[in-house]
Amino acid sequence: MAVGLEHFLILSAVLFSIGLYGVLAKRNAVIILMSIEIMLAAVSISMAAFSRYSHVITGQVFVIFIMVVAAAEVAVGLALIITIYRRKKTVDAEKFDLMKW
Amino acid sequence: MPNVAVWAIFLLPFFSFLIIALILRPFFNHKPQFSAYTTIFAIAGSLALSIWALISVNGAEHHVLTDVSHQWLSIGDMVINIGITMDSLAAIMVVAVSTISLLVQIYSIGYMKGDGGLARYFAFMSLFTGSMLGLVMANNLLFLFLFWEGVGLCSYLLIGFWFHKPEAARAAMKAFLVTRLGDFGFLVAVILLYVKTGTFDIGELHTLALAGVLGGSTLTLAAIGIFSGAVGKSGQFPLHVWLPDAMEGPTPVSALIHAATMVTAGVYLVARMFPVFASSETAITIVAIIGGFTAIFAASMGLVATDVKRVLAYSTISQLGYMMLGLGAVGIGYASGHLDEHHALALGVAVAIFHLFTHAFFKALLFLGAGSVSHATGTFDMRMMGGLRKVQPWTYATFVIGSLSLAGIWPLAGFWSKEGILHEANAYTPVLFWLAMITVFMTAFYMFRAVFLTFHGEYRGDVEGSHSHGLHESPKIMIIPLVILAIFAVIAGWLPVGDFLGADVHFSFFGALTSWLAWASLGFGIAGILLAYAIYGKKLVSAKSIGQSLGPIYTLLIRKYFFDELYERFFLMRFFIDGISAALEWIDTYIVDGAVNGIATVTVAGGSLMRRLETGQLQVYGLSIFVGILAIVAFLLIFS
Amino acid sequence: MMGLDIAFWVLAVVSVSTALAVVLMRDVFRAALFLVLCFFSVAGIYVTLSADFLAGAQVLIYVGAIAVLIIFVIMLTRESRQGSPSGRLRLPAILIGLFFLITMLFVVLNTDWHVVAEPPAESATTAIAQALFSEDGFVLAFEIAAALLLAAVIGAIALVRDK
Repeated sequence: MAVGLEHFLILSAVLFSIGLYGVLAKRNAVIILMSIEIMLAAVSISMAAFSRYSHVITGQVFVIFIMVVAAAEVAVGLALIITIYRRKKTVDAEKFDLMKW
Repeated sequence: MPNVAVWAIFLLPFFSFLIIALILRPFFNHKPQFSAYTTIFAIAGSLALSIWALISVNGAEHHVLTDVSHQWLSIGDMVINIGITMDSLAAIMVVAVSTISLLVQIYSIGYMKGDGGLARYFAFMSLFTGSMLGLVMANNLLFLFLFWEGVGLCSYLLIGFWFHKPEAARAAMKAFLVTRLGDFGFLVAVILLYVKTGTFDIGELHTLALAGVLGGSTLTLAAIGIFSGAVGKSGQFPLHVWLPDAMEGPTPVSALIHAATMVTAGVYLVARMFPVFASSETAITIVAIIGGFTAIFAASMGLVATDVKRVLAYSTISQLGYMMLGLGAVGIGYASGHLDEHHALALGVAVAIFHLFTHAFFKALLFLGAGSVSHATGTFDMRMMGGLRKVQPWTYATFVIGSLSLAGIWPLAGFWSKEGILHEANAYTPVLFWLAMITVFMTAFYMFRAVFLTFHGEYRGDVEGSHSHGLHESPKIMIIPLVILAIFAVIAGWLPVGDFLGADVHFSFFGALTSWLAWASLGFGIAGILLAYAIYGKKLVSAKSIGQSLGPIYTLLIRKYFFDELYERFFLMRFFIDGISAALEWIDTYIVDGAVNGIATVTVAGGSLMRRLETGQLQVYGLSIFVGILAIVAFLLIFS
Repeated sequence: MMGLDIAFWVLAVVSVSTALAVVLMRDVFRAALFLVLCFFSVAGIYVTLSADFLAGAQVLIYVGAIAVLIIFVIMLTRESRQGSPSGRLRLPAILIGLFFLITMLFVVLNTDWHVVAEPPAESATTAIAQALFSEDGFVLAFEIAAALLLAAVIGAIALVRDK
């Protein structure tokens, strides 16, 4: 059947769920970050799909901005991971519980 | 007589109490004579004012001097007054109470000499006298109840005067609790009457009862409630168990409170509320039955008692039963239509109060005499006495006069007052009349048994006991009150008490001997004296052999019909403590505490559940955020 | 349009499977490599969506920078034994993921999308440029994005420098 908007949206949803699982269930902080990237990519796909199927360019502009933010966020996030690794010698997310009380 | 003076009759002893309690005891405890003189001064003042009141009432219209009320509290619609009345009944009572109280205080100076707590003793004696005087002058039930509780409190304090003795402390507690049972009924009755009539005032209640406005079951229940208070206070069956134990208190206390005054408050109450009682046939029949039964019941236990004060205690209970019987008999006569209202109301009060009046004198005399005996021998156990008439002639003489009066021998006081009651009982309650006659026999018997055991025969005791001063007569300060009381025990019956109280009583000194009733009661009395003489005087028959041949009856009597066991072991221990209290304790532990602890447990459990959300781990937070988002989305999808 | 369809399906399968590999794989480094593949496939999907500029940007930024950085950090934070195990919240996460997916499917399939079937006529790059830099476009957002990047750079350096 012809590929329509729904296909892209479903693909986006699937990718987003996979990324969500990775964020919530994995213990290695770097994997969590990678999963976040997957989620962002999924959202980007759905944005681009909307842009294509409604002929409004704003979707793609939005994707540009998503990329900008993603890049910034990865930079800062990785810096954080390195700092924590230096202190605690681990990147196990279950060990990061300084926010407890 | 100005109203202020009437109020002062009961206020003077109160002031004396306050002075002793607040000034003399804290600062002058080492000089107890100050407390003694303060008390005596105050009570003498009350006596003087009482006599003045008596004379004024005699001259007043309808024999009512005054009846004034002042408002004390008003709570919404309810108005509580304090008020006093001075009519013939109140006048007789205040004279009797202050006279005997004064004589007992004078006696106490000798008897209680050397006791460390004398200031406390006289303080309580003052408080008691004030409360008793207030009680008989109160004109509304709530104010009366206030003094009712006051005399109960003083009784507790004075029975337990030697509080370091465990028997005394227990006896005081028993007295308080048992009378409290009766007081509960009294209070319920007062409240019931207020709810139904809107007043506490005694005069108004009389009017309502006689007019029939207050009637039926309300009236009967209220009367029974008031009577239950009287039963408790006067030691009638079934609340009689406290009076014999109350003998643990000092003898002057027994003389004043448990013979002449406080216990008579129950009789006074019924007499004061007589129009209410007489208007309910059920209630007044109950009064008569309990009175008559108690008379013979208590007398039976006095037959075997070995402690002279116990004998006198049972005698008191028995004589109070007579007074109730008198009230009851006249009331039954009125309720059954034989007497008209005007005659009946005055007559009932007259026969009972006349006997109360004479009884107060000779019973107080007998108690003080027993105190005098113990002053010499150091004991009250009659088995350790004997032959004391040679050593204590004054005590012996006055004691015999008192005993003869109590036995109702003509022409002493007891004869006239007992005749009054027996006459009414014969007319309206024949069964109870014969019980009362048997009681006459028993009364004479046990009193003279006591006389012979104590004063005749050989001395069986141990002279060098710790409390004795060697066998000798008591000091004058103790003998003088005995003599004064003995004089009254002779002449009190000749005073026109009945007429004063408004009844048509025909007093005829020799004419009384013409009735068959007089000879019957004299016969029973003399028979009792002779039997006592035979057993204990001449020892024709051994008391022990009689006791053994009537073994089971003897056991029943000496164990007081097992009432103490019934009340304490069965009701108190098994029913209340093991039963109800245990059940309540279970409820308290498992339900009340369980609920509170349950809340705590639930909170802790909830907390430990909530704790899992606050782990500090990002992923948990992320999860909870997502769950929330999904919940909102789902909600929006489903409901819109 | 046939080619587009085939391309879409292939790329979709690849992206989903590589994403799965990323989250399920034990070895972190291999997961990173699969991430690179995932990014490439996403770039391909952009191409099927006629978003050519985006495809290029995706490869440059994501693969070229982000993935490289991630690999650097993996090297720096080697936990030889641990690797990438699953956490405690595996089951709830699966459930949430499934639930989300089902919700999204429900929404997507039940909404009436007003679609335009033909691809856009204009070149994407031009359109994006115009949208970004024209007066009534996203110039302000562009500038703020630049500031954001500056802040990120400064922040990253501040975090990791030796005091």
